[in-house]
Amino acid sequence: MSVGAPTVRLPGIAPLLLTAAVAVMGGLIILPLLAVFHDAFAKGLSVFLSSLKEPDAQAAIRLTLLVAAISVPLNAVFGVASAWAIAKFEFKGKSLLLTLIDLPFSISPVVSGLVWVLLFGAQGYFGEWLLDRDIKIIFALPGLVLATILVTFPFVARELIPLMQDQGSDEEAAALTLGASGFTTFWKITLPNIRWALLYGVLLCNARAMGEFGAVSVVSGHIRGETTTLPLHVEVLYNDYDFVGAFAAASVLASLGLSPLVLKTILEWRHSGELAASRRH
Amino acid sequence: MRWRERSILPGFGLSLGITLTYLSIIVLIPLIGLAIRPWELGLAGVWRTLTDDRVGAALKLSFSLSAYAALLNAFFGLLIAWVLVRYEFPGRRLLDAIVDMPFALPTAVAGIALTALYAPTGPIGALAEKVGLKTAYSSLGIFIALTFIGLPFVVRALQPVLQDLDREVEEAAQTLGASDLQRIVHVVLPALAPALISGVTLAFARAVGEYGSVVFIAGNMPMKTEIAPLLIVIKLEQYDYAGAAAVGLAMVVISFGALILINTAQLLIARRGRR
Repeated sequence: MSVGAPTVRLPGIAPLLLTAAVAVMGGLIILPLLAVFHDAFAKGLSVFLSSLKEPDAQAAIRLTLLVAAISVPLNAVFGVASAWAIAKFEFKGKSLLLTLIDLPFSISPVVSGLVWVLLFGAQGYFGEWLLDRDIKIIFALPGLVLATILVTFPFVARELIPLMQDQGSDEEAAALTLGASGFTTFWKITLPNIRWALLYGVLLCNARAMGEFGAVSVVSGHIRGETTTLPLHVEVLYNDYDFVGAFAAASVLASLGLSPLVLKTILEWRHSGELAASRRH
Repeated sequence: MRWRERSILPGFGLSLGITLTYLSIIVLIPLIGLAIRPWELGLAGVWRTLTDDRVGAALKLSFSLSAYAALLNAFFGLLIAWVLVRYEFPGRRLLDAIVDMPFALPTAVAGIALTALYAPTGPIGALAEKVGLKTAYSSLGIFIALTFIGLPFVVRALQPVLQDLDREVEEAAQTLGASDLQRIVHVVLPALAPALISGVTLAFARAVGEYGSVVFIAGNMPMKTEIAPLLIVIKLEQYDYAGAAAVGLAMVVISFGALILINTAQLLIARRGRR
């Protein structure tokens, strides 16, 4: 495909539109990002570092890592399983299943926290039962994990399903015909085929899991040093007018959030490079 | 009639089993709880909760500001998608990557960053104050945050369609003497309409439920700048589970209603376009 001449030829319109687009992006998107890092280092590197070494900050970082370490693998296993079922087989009710998998995308994070309180909170359906047995879910780690899982539920599945549907199942069928077991086929054929999408999905899911605020805020109870994850720690510090501390923690979260974006950009550059190479031959 | 087609691949039962079990535990059972809980107040009680002045104001604020922000994003999205697809300029790829920023930035981080910029003490807020405009801690601040988080939905919906748009049709229109404006209104926009509608809908749905990037900049004054998700948090803090569930259920029902309505409209437009 050749890139045609721009079809809009009004003199001066292209620079005008370009300037407008850059202005919108700059003011709306780039400026807030710069503000995070600017304010984090407003009082120098040492203040930045010491605010991250505080015990509450350290506890928040550990808790955030723990929550992500539980939720992300579970969502990854689910993502692979659901993509295998949906992409490799034809069955009735598939589109309904796809809609249900997408459901958490269109639910408010606060509602994603609320539903767990309704089940396991003090006056929830299982509240009394849990209280009798001294099991804590809400205002404790299990609640944080459940809320995080619900919010980040579709990410891996959404990355894998379209890719695996595109790839079809000819390669797997060939391996099976040649006598490979189902597990070997998955390990040696499917997994290598989907590894970049899986990695990207996991990174995306991880970034969301670590950055989740609304859902986690509802089930956390904000017990300092115990149930405050890093985003909640940002809120606590911000409300205490400790702006450098808040933005220092925020800059860590922002870097985490940007990591999948960076990977995607690199992969796309590499990928388009390969495409250009194949076109030359 | 079989409910699934024959396949030589193994693992259908296992993978579908894992999928359905996990989906039920994580999504379906909790949502059923949400759908049941409000009714312990009775129909009249739910109605009273939702028509309460404070709840009504919050729902109205959330849905109207989300709609305005989504509409503004229709323009911003068209502009940015057009520039990214049709023009070649240094830094295009970087600009393209940055579009995803609001997706990637944790909401609480976006919230405090926007507040730092738009508060009276911040650079933009101070400027706005000079011309008598209150940005942060007003509904304008909420509107800015909702526009921020919605923008990538519209750009990403439009880009692939604009990329695939057949230049020949535009060129044909040009040869036949159509002006630039005519080509845009009669050729480009109709082709983009379904994607534009779905992008705007996604931006709207996301904005209605948005919490983290809004609570910091909103000021959270009852009746004035209190969004619906915040009201759920407040009701939970007062141990009013049924009330919180009623507001949550109302939000889910209204958003889904809007989604279905807009999807239907989109389908009708696509069908008309094909004829």
